[in-house]
Amino acid sequence: MSPPTYPRTTSVPGDDQPTAVAVTGLAPTHHRNVPDSARSAALELHEVTKTYGSHPPVPALRGVSLTVYAGELVAIVGPSGSGKTTLLHIIGTLDRPSSGTVRIDGIDVAGLDDRQLAALRARSIGFVFQQFFLAEHQAALENVADGLLYAGVEVHDRREMAAQALNAVGLADHQHARPTTMSGGERQRVAIARALVGAPAIVLADEPTGNLDSHTGEQILELLQDLNKRGATIIVITHDHDLANRLHRQVHMRDGLIVSDTTTTPPHTDANSTTKDQ
Amino acid sequence: MSATTSLIPARLRSGDMARVASVGLRTRRLRAALSALGIAIGVAAIVAVLGLSSSSQAGLLSEIDRLGTNLLTVTNGQTFTGQAATLPLTAPPMIGRIDPVTEVADTGDVSTANVFRSPLIPSIDTNALTVDAASLNLLPAVGTSVAQGSYLNAATAIEPAVVLGAAAAQRLGIDHVYRGERVWLGGMWFYVIGILKPAVLAPEIDSSVLVGYTAASNYLDYTSTAPNGQTTTGPPTTIYVRAQNSQVNAVDNVLADTADPENPSYVDVSQPSAALTARADAQGAFNGLFLGLGAVALLVGAVGVANIMIISVLERRSEIGLRRALGATRGQIRAQFLSEAILLALLGGAVGVIAGALATTVYAHTKHWAVVVPTEAWAGGIASAILIGAIAGLLPAIRAARLSPTDALRTV
Repeated sequence: MSPPTYPRTTSVPGDDQPTAVAVTGLAPTHHRNVPDSARSAALELHEVTKTYGSHPPVPALRGVSLTVYAGELVAIVGPSGSGKTTLLHIIGTLDRPSSGTVRIDGIDVAGLDDRQLAALRARSIGFVFQQFFLAEHQAALENVADGLLYAGVEVHDRREMAAQALNAVGLADHQHARPTTMSGGERQRVAIARALVGAPAIVLADEPTGNLDSHTGEQILELLQDLNKRGATIIVITHDHDLANRLHRQVHMRDGLIVSDTTTTPPHTDANSTTKDQ
Repeated sequence: MSATTSLIPARLRSGDMARVASVGLRTRRLRAALSALGIAIGVAAIVAVLGLSSSSQAGLLSEIDRLGTNLLTVTNGQTFTGQAATLPLTAPPMIGRIDPVTEVADTGDVSTANVFRSPLIPSIDTNALTVDAASLNLLPAVGTSVAQGSYLNAATAIEPAVVLGAAAAQRLGIDHVYRGERVWLGGMWFYVIGILKPAVLAPEIDSSVLVGYTAASNYLDYTSTAPNGQTTTGPPTTIYVRAQNSQVNAVDNVLADTADPENPSYVDVSQPSAALTARADAQGAFNGLFLGLGAVALLVGAVGVANIMIISVLERRSEIGLRRALGATRGQIRAQFLSEAILLALLGGAVGVIAGALATTVYAHTKHWAVVVPTEAWAGGIASAILIGAIAGLLPAIRAARLSPTDALRTV
């Protein structure tokens, strides 16, 4: 009935995408040893611009090109006003670029209508928000299961997958707890489980530690790193350089442009996940 | 390319839709209850008004049914010159010979006599009571009986004895038949031998005091001249005719001709139960005002629901944004808020129907009516609640769906 490992990809209708490659199984994947050209791109941005208003036009993005491969853990970092939130919206298909192309999981979103974008979000993108956005009247399990609500998964399967996702974020024994009884860190774990439950091609985390104290933020960061090691592709949007420096790859933004894109080896990752990307 | 074509948003299953639609109601119960209250009151008012009038009609109709719809009343009409006509003395026996007629009784209005509690009462204080000579079989014919004492019989019909109609007894201040109880009637004492129960089909009996024809003739000079020249009792002024149920109309058609073959147009024939049935039907006409009030309550309730839904959409922007991020389409957001409004109104409607039916049941029970809640009342109440919910929820739902996900997710 249910596969023994999280996350599973088989029971999501329509999920016949290569995203599954990135997120199957608990064992560390070895894709980082594979040259870029052979790896599937979870996200491709090409010369993306976004301009708000017209009197006068306010450019938020001024030509951003970025490729994120499956299995990467990327920080998009920049001060407020640098365009990172706009970028988040565009990567998350919540907004459309003024020009340029956006490919999510190989699909050019320019050709999609509103309903198709919704379906793409349901299937390929998981969101983690600074404010968690959990339904307080629902138990953690139901909150996580709601991550699959619009993906057409049966309620029974949703709950089962949600239980596995909660297990993966270390909240196996909090399934029936309501968010109101949880600490901030626990709530964010629930939100991360909700983003991951459908094994999306990309997990977008918007300031995931912004509402947490430094210790709890540290734990969330470790959780994200752990989940990434298990195959999830995660993009963290933050203004926190310290946090960004702990991730493999940092994309620095300023004034709507990418000013640097560096891949480093994080200081305290174990040998198993040391990369040769650089 | 197949990837793009396979991007079809999954439909929410009905169970999921119901759960999503009830989120607002479950999380804000007091608010939901209060906003549904307006609709509940409106529906309750409408259901109760329709239910009560139906129950009261049913009560009246069953009363009429019990009394029988086969009573026909023959009264003296007017002549061509506008004077009161006189029914022939032969009218009651002639009517009795009509085959389907089962009972004929008659009263004669002794208009010259008035009745008083005592001779000391001024003669103008008649209490609007009439004195009638009555045949001995009057009670079964009009469908009433004695409340106290006894009715006239062959012996008392020739003596100065009276039986009081229900209203007459009340107006004379006599609520009990004591030995020796008497009233001042036509300048002499008449002894009270009985008091009648109300006669629903012949309310004129209620305000009458009844004496025997012979007594009326002997003591009150209520006489007429027979065709052979002799002075005799009478004449009758009202004849109560019971006919076989299936033949009531046939009897009705020949009554005037039979009662006064020479001048059928001097005779008025009526069917009291028909008038009562018409009255029962007419009761519905007074409901218009209350139904209007119910409709106003419904309208106010609808405005309340619309108001709450608009506030709800504003408050739940982040939820809308989250749902869009989770992959909800605009249509799914619209459907969520629309069905929430419908659900809210439906709850109000259901509570209203129950309250209205309960009010009807309690009131009808105290009046000993059959409880009738017409289908159109409760079905209409539920249907109008759903309609109101849909109309009230439409604008908020459209606003919720139009909200762009980025705006919705922007923290306020």
